[in-house]
Amino acid sequence: MLGKLSWSAIPTHEPIDMIASGLMILSIGGILIGITVKGHWPYLWREWLTSVDHKRIGVMYCLLAMVMLLRGFTDAIMMRAQQAFAAGGAQGYLPPEHYDQVFSAHGTIMIFFVAMPFIVGLMNFAVPLQLGVRDVAFPTLNSVSLWLAASGALLVNISLVIGNFARTGWFAYPPLSELRFSPDVGVDYYLWALQISGVGTLLGGVNLVTTILKLRAPGMSYMRMPMFCWTALASNLLIIAAFPVLTAAFAMLLLDRYLGFHFFTVGHGGNMMMYVDLFWVWGHPEVYILILPPFGVFSEVVATFSGKPLFGYRSMVAATLAICILSFMVWLHHFFTMGAGADVNSVFGIISMIIAVPTGVKIFNWLFTMYRGRLRLTVPTLWTIGFMITFAIGGATGVLLAIPPIDFIVHDTVFLVAHFHNVIIAGVLFGAFAGYNYWFPKAFGFTLDEGWGKASFWCWLIGFYLAFMPLYWLGLEGMPRRMQHYQDLGWQPWLQVAAVGALVILCGIACIIIQLVVSIRTRDRRRDTTGDPWNGRTLEWATPSPPPMWNFPSLPQVEGEDAFWHMKQLAREGEGQPAQPAAYGPIEMPKNSPTGFITAFFAVVTGFALIWHIWWMVGLGLAGAFATTLVFAWRDVAEMEIPAEQVASFYEAHPAGLLR
Amino acid sequence: MASARPIRLCSLVAVALFVTTPLGGCAEGLFHPAGPVASAELSILYDSLGIMLAIIVPTIAATLAFAWWYRATHKSAKYLPDFQYSGRIEMVVWSIPAMTILLLGGIGWIGSHDLDPYKPIGGAAKPLRIQVVSLDWKWLFILPDLGIAGVNRVVVPVGTPLSLQLTASGVMNAFLVAQLGSQIAVMPHMETRLHLEADRPGIYTGYSTNFSGDGFAAMAFTIEALAPDKFAQAVAAIRGRGPTLDAASYAELAKPSQAVAPYTYGAVSPGLFDAILRPQTPPAGPTHAERTGAPKEE
Amino acid sequence: MTTALTISHGGHGVPPGPSMDGPAPKRIVVSYGFWIFLLSDIVMFSAIFATYSVLVQATAGGPGGAQLFHLSTVAVETACLLLSTFTCGLMSLAVNIGHRAATYLGGAITFLLGAAFLTLEIREFAAMIAEGATPERSAFLSGFFTLVGCHGLHVTIGLIWLTVMMAQVATKGFTAFVHRRLLCFSLFWHALDIIWVALFSIVYLMGAR
Repeated sequence: MLGKLSWSAIPTHEPIDMIASGLMILSIGGILIGITVKGHWPYLWREWLTSVDHKRIGVMYCLLAMVMLLRGFTDAIMMRAQQAFAAGGAQGYLPPEHYDQVFSAHGTIMIFFVAMPFIVGLMNFAVPLQLGVRDVAFPTLNSVSLWLAASGALLVNISLVIGNFARTGWFAYPPLSELRFSPDVGVDYYLWALQISGVGTLLGGVNLVTTILKLRAPGMSYMRMPMFCWTALASNLLIIAAFPVLTAAFAMLLLDRYLGFHFFTVGHGGNMMMYVDLFWVWGHPEVYILILPPFGVFSEVVATFSGKPLFGYRSMVAATLAICILSFMVWLHHFFTMGAGADVNSVFGIISMIIAVPTGVKIFNWLFTMYRGRLRLTVPTLWTIGFMITFAIGGATGVLLAIPPIDFIVHDTVFLVAHFHNVIIAGVLFGAFAGYNYWFPKAFGFTLDEGWGKASFWCWLIGFYLAFMPLYWLGLEGMPRRMQHYQDLGWQPWLQVAAVGALVILCGIACIIIQLVVSIRTRDRRRDTTGDPWNGRTLEWATPSPPPMWNFPSLPQVEGEDAFWHMKQLAREGEGQPAQPAAYGPIEMPKNSPTGFITAFFAVVTGFALIWHIWWMVGLGLAGAFATTLVFAWRDVAEMEIPAEQVASFYEAHPAGLLR
Repeated sequence: MASARPIRLCSLVAVALFVTTPLGGCAEGLFHPAGPVASAELSILYDSLGIMLAIIVPTIAATLAFAWWYRATHKSAKYLPDFQYSGRIEMVVWSIPAMTILLLGGIGWIGSHDLDPYKPIGGAAKPLRIQVVSLDWKWLFILPDLGIAGVNRVVVPVGTPLSLQLTASGVMNAFLVAQLGSQIAVMPHMETRLHLEADRPGIYTGYSTNFSGDGFAAMAFTIEALAPDKFAQAVAAIRGRGPTLDAASYAELAKPSQAVAPYTYGAVSPGLFDAILRPQTPPAGPTHAERTGAPKEE
Repeated sequence: MTTALTISHGGHGVPPGPSMDGPAPKRIVVSYGFWIFLLSDIVMFSAIFATYSVLVQATAGGPGGAQLFHLSTVAVETACLLLSTFTCGLMSLAVNIGHRAATYLGGAITFLLGAAFLTLEIREFAAMIAEGATPERSAFLSGFFTLVGCHGLHVTIGLIWLTVMMAQVATKGFTAFVHRRLLCFSLFWHALDIIWVALFSIVYLMGAR
């Protein structure tokens, strides 16, 4: 009846697990009860859960990322604490079967459910605004993508309470991840959670590429698009080209595990190296899927706060596209040590190094954007400067790793761990936080607190250096990654420093939360009444903050790069567009739809049932998802008309914003 | 890379600062190479690090300088609100990284070929063949020409190239002895090759770097490099004593166990490594209960 | 081109063109988006193709393609699928002129041909499994069943989709929605054909030797 599921799946014998699950259930339950008591459900359902507004979907993506950051960071602290103590003969407080889950969950969560949703959220929020349009190409599909991502995150969290997570590392190499060596549900949780969220990511990629290529305001030619849109385009093209490969690789591993196929098994002709290849054919572009949009954020931030256009715009576009294409030609550098031969290794090594050229160009161009500027040292600027300095180091160690003979000694040691945290924290997360501070006033109509924002930046920056510089050193000493305990007492002081660094980062996270709380409480003092709190250059700043559902009353006419800056200049000179259109017309907008939420509900049901082999429930879940699709397909009205009076009264209440 | 000498000096200084900190006192890892492969790799590391520092240090300095000098409150700094293109600067920003990568690409190409793990180490001495098998969770070393084997420990002669053939019993691992140099992946039913050499006596610790399950952390092993005469003595002391490694004792050894204390086999049945590499019938492999429930042998 | 005229004075030397005309019409956007989705589907197939090509020799002592494939059956399958693409095209023409009966007829023939293709494929699979050539037998067979089966799964989804669309034509008539969806369906059906041509050549023609 319930497949492999029984009461023994709940880890009652493991106190740490139980405390963690208890805390999680308590906090989720507390939030749900709180919403119920306050009677917020109708509002939430109407305005958020069923929303197809790209801005709200973007905000919900970012919220998902921040919540999952707390979970992923808990894993990080547990690992650093374990390694700070488990030296010599000591075993620390986490037994191997638990420690192995912790690092696997940490990697999976941070990549798929923190970094991905954060950047997807920022793109969702900002790209249509910057393009000067009202929504993405497929608004309901956008909501489906969001909720599928949330479904995957939910399944990973369910594994904490019911059953266990994978103990294979976040890339789940076979044969270790095959049924013979990992017979429990951990790897199935990993695979199904990522398959479900992967579908969401892919659909989101299709959506944004179509939006950028086919929906732009009149006059917004490709070479006038803001840099962030270019990087979003490159990133989503990579999603479309890379994620299907991951889907295929996971599908094969699932067939191995569920139906006894022999893709990657030991024996019967299976070849585990095929998985490794496919995984990194996705995995390397994934790195650039993550880093390109933050590059776009930094480009926007550095230009806005320097009061200058981005230096070398065309170079930046060329560099972005070069990275986009090259990122598909370097996957082998993740396994130079599998004996591919000197010619293959050096070709892949050199192409990997070549990626450093466009990346270096980007750094220099940001530098020259600051040159002869008037740089306002706001919180987004600080994240950007911190990024430029730290990322230069991460890029340098990346080039070291791309040199095969160096990789031969530091591959899969903690040197590698230090390197990719160096680029992912200092690149992706710093960029996400810069974007969060930069666009928050646009999304909510008030700015974030500067003081706590700066405190969070310094904690993250210092914490990062403390936590990861020692790992570079230990990697050169030959310390492998993923060690639950180690003999060499000489490593321990370094790992203790790293643990302190993690604590400093924890302070940084606390500062971000405090910043949000303080800003909400003092929001009346920090209202953005102009719609343009930073003296921005791109179209999102031309609307009131927060923008109305329709973004723009009529689509703006774009007349050059930095469209909004140009409009402001014309307005100052007293020419250009009239400040106010003669009359507002009615606006057609897509209607809210529960399709995304309900599809995701059935996706969770199906995923859970598949993990536990509850076949009737699989059928039920699939039938439910199909029925949802049918209901959606038979709807008669997909759009609603916002009457002209409502549009007019909105702009009466919000007198700011140039485009109105 | 003679041209890189001055740069290398800088990176040596940078690394020396790190090494001489009180924490860096232990004599392990790449910075204490004990063989030609590790020395060559360390030298490539210094060269590349030096070249890279020559770029990133000025970049970091410029970032800080520009951010400080062009800060909004510094009104005497020149402000050009429309400055967005300069062909000369573009030239420089593309060519600096390109030249750097040209240099490093050359290092990478030459280094990959010189230090290919599959390439035998030259020299007069006849290489010593070592067959390595990673098991759950320990390492088996077979010296087929000497007819001895050991678990988690192997003795080798100083100054003799070591020719390693590696495979795995069940899951993937990777073989790394940082003081000797290059690592290589170890996979079931597949053979990988590695060539190393120790040029001074010592005990060198190695690890698996590819995660392989619950007992992974305890997969440390030692390579003990001995002067040739001491090596001969050690071999003589091992040979003919202790258990014999044959199909039956291998099957026993292949059962999962953690933190196995090193021991040796006085005799090895010939062809065992090939039988592990190319089994006639697919091996049954350890069951889950065996992998998780095995009592720890201390 | 009035929009282009108003823009040209502020441009930075960028010639006005179709990329400046503002948002594309819904029909273009939908089919464009669906094309991009199909592209991603083709990427997925190419990953499975690559795996199949790597594993094609890995028969682990079991039967290989030469023993298993019967080109005559596959030729009939191919004919069914190619013909169904043709009838799908005819159906699109009927949709464009808004001719209901012709649409149903085209849809029905397309469905029957697709179903015939699937039946033949399932019979081929069943025969192989009866001979002991199951996907559990070898990595080659795992790859074969996955690659061909994945295409078959797509055809099945296509048949369900076609049925739903016929029901939509019946209940809703030729609305803009239905038009766009039928356009996407025919793109999908043609893409399956392209994949099948690759599959037929690489798996069957090259494998039967």
